[in-house]
Amino acid sequence: MKLNKLYVVLVLLAVVAPFFLYPVFLAKLLCFALFACAFNLMLGYVGLLSFGHAAFLGTGGYITGWLMMNSGLTPELAVILGTVAAGALGAVFGKLSVKREGIYFAMVTLALAQLVFFLYLQAPFTGGEDGMQGVSRGELFGFIDLTDNLNMYYFVLAVFLFGFWLVHRTIHSPFGQILKAIRENEPRAVSLGYEVNNYKWVAFTISAALAGLAGSTKTLVFQLASLTDVHWHMSGEVVLMTLVGGVGTILGPVVGAGVIVTMQNYLSGGELGNYVHIIMGFIFVICVLAFRSGIVGELQKVWKRNFG
Amino acid sequence: MSADYVLETRNLIKEFKGFTAVDDVNLQVARGHIHALIGPNGAGKTTVFNLLTKFLIPTSGQILFNGDDITAMKPAAIARKGVVRSFQISAVFPHLSVLENVRVALQRKEGHSFHFWRSQKVLDRLNERAYELLASVGLADFAEAQTVDLSYGRKRALEIATTLALEPELMLLDEPTQGMGHEDVGLVADLIKKVSKGRTILMVEHNLHVVSKLADRITVLQRGSILTEGDYSTVSADPRVREAYMGTAASEEQDRADEQAAMEVVEEARG
Ligand SMILES: Nc1ncnc2c1ncn2[C@@H]1O[C@H](COP(=O)(O)OP(=O)(O)OP(=O)(O)O)[C@@H](O)[C@H]1O
Ligand SMILES: [Mg+2]
Repeated sequence: MKLNKLYVVLVLLAVVAPFFLYPVFLAKLLCFALFACAFNLMLGYVGLLSFGHAAFLGTGGYITGWLMMNSGLTPELAVILGTVAAGALGAVFGKLSVKREGIYFAMVTLALAQLVFFLYLQAPFTGGEDGMQGVSRGELFGFIDLTDNLNMYYFVLAVFLFGFWLVHRTIHSPFGQILKAIRENEPRAVSLGYEVNNYKWVAFTISAALAGLAGSTKTLVFQLASLTDVHWHMSGEVVLMTLVGGVGTILGPVVGAGVIVTMQNYLSGGELGNYVHIIMGFIFVICVLAFRSGIVGELQKVWKRNFG
Repeated sequence: MSADYVLETRNLIKEFKGFTAVDDVNLQVARGHIHALIGPNGAGKTTVFNLLTKFLIPTSGQILFNGDDITAMKPAAIARKGVVRSFQISAVFPHLSVLENVRVALQRKEGHSFHFWRSQKVLDRLNERAYELLASVGLADFAEAQTVDLSYGRKRALEIATTLALEPELMLLDEPTQGMGHEDVGLVADLIKKVSKGRTILMVEHNLHVVSKLADRITVLQRGSILTEGDYSTVSADPRVREAYMGTAASEEQDRADEQAAMEVVEEARG
């Protein structure tokens, strides 16, 4: 009940926000929030830390960017195809990685993502170091002009809400129930007859597709797809966002993305620009040492203590 | 003939880096039996269970279930065939509710376990059956509780309910009464007796009182090999078994006798 009310308030805030804040910044925030939600599906609800999610973000971005520049497709179709491409890549990555556990899973995903990084670096269609520039935003469904930043923002908001809903639904589905069981006691889930790797694989594929969706929309917003999005730094950043916000809480990644993106925005402009990474590293250390459950996790604890 | 046996192993061997934990075991579990696997600590009982359910890969040998060779099957596939195990350390899903634990097992046959786009409300129609199962193990009043909060004995009962939800043909129970107080041991033993109707049970059990009460047949394992087999009176009369195994039991009985004596002294002092 209470949670539903909270969601309504948050959505209303998101709807009016572009009248007070710069829409492109808000759109960027939502793209990263979606990216972090997708990542959190793996870390928070399957218990596997992927260190290769940048590959999906980047793939979504490049495919959508290329389609917008070369195919004449409307943006929603380009976004869908970018998402599908990232999902397909995720299905392949997943097949190769979900059998591993813990640090080995992280290493396999990192290695595969690095491979993808070098492929994009070399492939002619990505523009290499320069990136894919001047991607047009086009007209949504052929008649809504996305060059208008406000329109663009509402499109991103709709995409984000869909992605958020899908994560929420996945967690609270019959499938999500089995994921939970696997995370709680994997050998027991096996002994009940569940092929646990298949469940992890499906979750990984969903997570990759949603990361791709985030990358696709982000490319439209910035009219740019570049190597930054496939670089392992990006895979690390999404870990940071999720940890800061709260692993395994549904709103945590959104809050974490908000904090990190906002911070980067303010810091990189000012005198502290050169210290962004040091400051982020510092926050990371504080979170790991003192606030293990992240902002949302800690708030939930306080809430439970006082009202629960 | 193997038709009489639900489960058979042929020359089953498991080596760990030169150490043979299971050494040429030919086990035969007759249909409808409660079959006990006993033996001193480290005899290889849990390893046998792990081999039977393929949580470990046998070094060599064969495993037959209803006459079919299942040696090459994967653990989850074996469970789906009807061989469901419990674990020596109670295996529950601690942060799911008691009801949800049972539902996870019931869910498998529903065919919607990959449906990530559907609401988990579809699971509600399993509630009735789940409550029945919980009632059958005396946990009806705990359905809504978080599983971590259950007592150890109740966790084991829940584990049995969850296993029963799959209606397994063969249940493998690894020390179902381990670490329990007297009362819980009695309850779980009764429960096993009750659920054994219409199925076969292979159980590892240290409590010889429980074994004597439940087991139709007993296999004694020592250092990985079968020492002897038979019903309780045959096995307990075997001097080698007494030497290998009953030693510990004898001392347990001694403990109990000591306790009894102490109690009597107290009673006398009161009187
Ligand atoms: N994965 C493993 N690697 C190496 N050695 C193992 C492994 N698993 C079991 N062992 C060894 O195999 C032997 C048999 O162990 P097992 O757990 O099967 O005994 P058990 O009969 O179940 O004993 P307990 O009554 O204590 O449960 C032990 O010596 C144990 O140390
Ligand atoms: Mg054991």
